[in-house]
Amino acid sequence: MIWNKEMECADRETMRALQLERLQETVKYEYEHVPHYAAKMDKAGVKPEDIVTLEDIALLPFINKEDLAENYPTGLFAQPMENIVRIQSSSGTTGKPKIIGYTKGDMEDWGEAVARGLAMCGAGPNDTVHVAYGYGLFTGGLGAHAGAETLGATVLPMSTGNTARQIMFMQDMKSDILCCTPSYALTIAEAVERAGIDPADLQIRAGLFGAEPWTQSMREKIEKGLGIRAHDIYGLTEITGPGVATSCEANNGMHIQEDLFYPEIVDPNTLKPLPPGETGELVFTTLKKRGVPMVRYRTRDICYLMEGKCSCGRTSVRMSRVFGRTDDMLIVKGVNVFPSQVETVIAKFNELTLNYKILVDRKGGSDSIELMVEFAEGLIIDDIDFVENMRKRVEHALREILQIGCKVRFLNAGTLPRSEGKAVRVEDRRKYE
Amino acid sequence: MAVKQVSVFIENETGRLAALTQLLAEHGVDLNAATIAETGEYGILRCIVQNPEETVRILSGGGFMASVTEVLAVGIDNRPGGLNRVLQILSDAGIGVKYIYSTIQSIKGEAVIMMKTGDQNRAEKLLESADVKLCTMDELK
Repeated sequence: MIWNKEMECADRETMRALQLERLQETVKYEYEHVPHYAAKMDKAGVKPEDIVTLEDIALLPFINKEDLAENYPTGLFAQPMENIVRIQSSSGTTGKPKIIGYTKGDMEDWGEAVARGLAMCGAGPNDTVHVAYGYGLFTGGLGAHAGAETLGATVLPMSTGNTARQIMFMQDMKSDILCCTPSYALTIAEAVERAGIDPADLQIRAGLFGAEPWTQSMREKIEKGLGIRAHDIYGLTEITGPGVATSCEANNGMHIQEDLFYPEIVDPNTLKPLPPGETGELVFTTLKKRGVPMVRYRTRDICYLMEGKCSCGRTSVRMSRVFGRTDDMLIVKGVNVFPSQVETVIAKFNELTLNYKILVDRKGGSDSIELMVEFAEGLIIDDIDFVENMRKRVEHALREILQIGCKVRFLNAGTLPRSEGKAVRVEDRRKYE
Repeated sequence: MAVKQVSVFIENETGRLAALTQLLAEHGVDLNAATIAETGEYGILRCIVQNPEETVRILSGGGFMASVTEVLAVGIDNRPGGLNRVLQILSDAGIGVKYIYSTIQSIKGEAVIMMKTGDQNRAEKLLESADVKLCTMDELK
């Protein structure tokens, strides 16, 4: 089912005309409402009226995650709090998170974007949508929830965890569509198998999975284990949350909701726009957002765009899966983790050196993260309690800032190689196909 | 009087302890007493050697975190109740024992235990006034 034929199947010229109109409005609005961005435009010598064609977007300065950090918490908000109806958040590069506010209209557009994605899974108003993303500041749970409500489906707001209960509801409430992270879908699939349940006896038929990278082998295990078709959903809190793009039954790239989010691919070094089909960094401009509009926000995700009509009938531009990042952000258990966050924690402990290594792995579909950090030179260690206590304190401080558990392993001073130039702080042992 | 011991933080990896003892052997360091306290992931080796500062330098050079700490080397009568007498004195004074370990050989027919308590200064004074023998480094050879 195509939820919004007018937008999803528009011919190129109609879509480009709409995008230009909304881009001009957005730039003018941003210039008038967000002093930080207006200053950037002034510095670049560009005025809202300079945007005459869609290609003129290249004249505009980028917004980076650093702009959000500098303007923490609400410096990029374009509306006073009285017009903001929702706050969502994701990790920032330091101890401070990114804070995004939504107006009533922004919430409606978010629901609309996710509803289109759910329809790509074949979901409709008669279906029961089982949301097992985490609910809270993380956009996964409430984003999927909003989409299912817009669709008019029945929402099961399960949130994550308690897998036995998830399966009980799946059976008893006859869930049709599952929304969660791919690793949690795999956990559910494995629990279904362990419980001796035949996936054919479950009514569930499709799933919308995102918020973390996953592999083809995970997809196959999930599809087989639950007897469903798996779809990719892409999004980021800064732009709105999940639903920015979703894969249809053709499973050939994710359709971008381009009447709401204008995509560009730029060369991550020169920052010059690249033609369709070339791989580079994905940049988004929100076309209707009013709470925290984003002009040329650098996602740091690397992918390419595909134009042309899809076999599903949609004409919207598609993005490939994400191949990597142009920064050092990690996604662990669906949560964004920056090595710089870990560093701020380590710096608080005189007993530790700033030499550390983060080890990320995935076993049985579940991510793990471990911090290896050196004790400071000259530290007197004669007591197991001291080491255990240190471990508890560091692990607690990490959990506070990362929102996920991180195991800590202490090393002797001088164990980790001292690097010349850029240190290799992260070893990601997960396989991405 | 307290004696100096060497405390070494050791990551619990196979071969790590052997690497340490090899380093000591190469430098002709003799262990008079040794013990390891461990959790699943790392351990702390405590040992008595005749030249603790030099041993710490050797171990640090080999990539180990070693430091000099102090323990009481308490002579124990080699008969039933010998250890109990010492512990009773400390217990009566409300001083907790953190760990004890013994020398590898008995010293002149006596047992000697290394002892770390919650209050080393008071423990030392109490044991001295009760005529418990406290050994010097030399006596531990």
